[in-house]
Amino acid sequence: MNPVVMSLTLRGLLGRRRSVLLVLLPLLLVGLAGLVRWASGADPAQTVPLVDGLGLGTLLPLTCLLIGTGVIGSEIDDGSIVYLLAKPVARRTILLSKLVVAWGAALVFAVLPTVLAVEVAGDEGARLALGVGVTAALAALAYVAIFVALSVVTRNAVILGLLYALLWESVLGGYVPGVRDVSVRQWALAAGERTLGGDAGPWGVTSDVALPAALVLLGVVTVGAVVLGVRRLQTLRLTPAE
Amino acid sequence: MSGVEPIGAPVPPGDPGPAGDVIHDLGFRHYDGPRLGRGWVVRSLLVETVRGVFGLGRPARSKIMPWVLIGILLAPPLVLALSVLLTRSRELPLSYTAYPVAMQLVVTLFVAGAAPYCVSRDLRHGVMPLYLSRPMTRADYVLAKVAGLSLALFAVLASAETLLLVGALLAKLPVGDQLGGWAGGLVTAAVLSVLLAVIGLVVAAVTPRRGLGVAAIITGLVVITGVAQLLTAIASERGYDALASYLPVLDPYRLVDALAVRVLGVGAADGMTYPAGVGGALVLAAILAAVVAGGLALLVRRYRKGGGL
Repeated sequence: MNPVVMSLTLRGLLGRRRSVLLVLLPLLLVGLAGLVRWASGADPAQTVPLVDGLGLGTLLPLTCLLIGTGVIGSEIDDGSIVYLLAKPVARRTILLSKLVVAWGAALVFAVLPTVLAVEVAGDEGARLALGVGVTAALAALAYVAIFVALSVVTRNAVILGLLYALLWESVLGGYVPGVRDVSVRQWALAAGERTLGGDAGPWGVTSDVALPAALVLLGVVTVGAVVLGVRRLQTLRLTPAE
Repeated sequence: MSGVEPIGAPVPPGDPGPAGDVIHDLGFRHYDGPRLGRGWVVRSLLVETVRGVFGLGRPARSKIMPWVLIGILLAPPLVLALSVLLTRSRELPLSYTAYPVAMQLVVTLFVAGAAPYCVSRDLRHGVMPLYLSRPMTRADYVLAKVAGLSLALFAVLASAETLLLVGALLAKLPVGDQLGGWAGGLVTAAVLSVLLAVIGLVVAAVTPRRGLGVAAIITGLVVITGVAQLLTAIASERGYDALASYLPVLDPYRLVDALAVRVLGVGAADGMTYPAGVGGALVLAAILAAVVAGGLALLVRRYRKGGGL
């Protein structure tokens, strides 16, 4: 970890335009949660479609994508990464510092708002919030690592990341059962399902993957993404911006 | 030698240059060919935009994303035609106007990839003053970019619709019905292209960083879809049916679909309820016109003072 790299990353991440999106999305989710509460009368079973579909399915990956590409993708895009890479700091340290900042930002802008949305929309003694929180935290961990690695690997990180997060997980996952086994969201949901115990079924927080397999896959993907990101940053080739 | 002026010689008095617009004559040879003028500048910019959206004239890695997305958009019509053949159905499982709504995620990705390409680089590299010092005006620039992106988008959607038609005709569905549906689909695709191009360019023009522009457009369009669905569900649950019929049109795809339902009389994509009657159609058309006009006005405003960052 390098504090200077971290503070620079944080300042770049919270630049004016990106931060507008990062603040708007959680506000939107919490606002909708208020509407859901008004419509459903704080029924946890009604909270799940909002938080699972819109929160975990769309807003969480989108926020993680904005953060993951924001910490390193924009610097690679405009070429200013060379000034950072030219400093006598190990590439591994650079990437890990950026990753830690990204994880922190994801916690603040993606995980906490999701938990807050559960509380606003209707919960039973914070149990649903705990289950959703565990799911969101695990998913954010994996998503951020994947998207940071993707931004180092390719310039089309944003579009590829979205193809995965939205098309693969949400749309294809709806039609092809096998796709759901290869999905960060389902792996993270497995942990949420276990946390909720007996309430998971009635509230509709269910996953297609067994917990041990899910945790192993989440770990492998996260660590794999970090290793890949470091390796590719060590041999980064700067292509001129078109 | 009489036609060649010595280097550094002052401009002869009484000869202010071909158009009277010479600031300082360095003595280089003048261009005295035909000047094609404002219309030609706009045309060239438009052609350049359309080509660039498809990655033509750009490096190979810029061609990958648009063509992958086009491939994803053009594959389903073949599958649909095959399913019609196998099930011996008398109509397509997905109507021509419902097709863009069903594939909206891919269409959104295409717009998000293309719109920042069209405008962000010009802003980021500060070349707007160069464009605007030509006989072209701000409005011309905006018009060329919007028209270029709309045309590119329409070309993609229209090819998908046409493939759907070819598949339907090969499966021996009634020719008259299919041709009618196809024509309706093309009109819908044209309206949708313009609407999406305007929305995409407005977002891209305020986010000069390409990556952020892509993310912002997708986030906007995807989130608005989810939000509109959720709000509609809540409104109908609480019994506000009139409100529930208007809420889907927050989503640009549903807005165009609703217009198609009211004007062309086709079935709504996935059984949505839209505002009823002529009044509803007028409101929808007014919303559409307001969004497009408002977007164009915002774009023209954005390029005041050479579009500074």
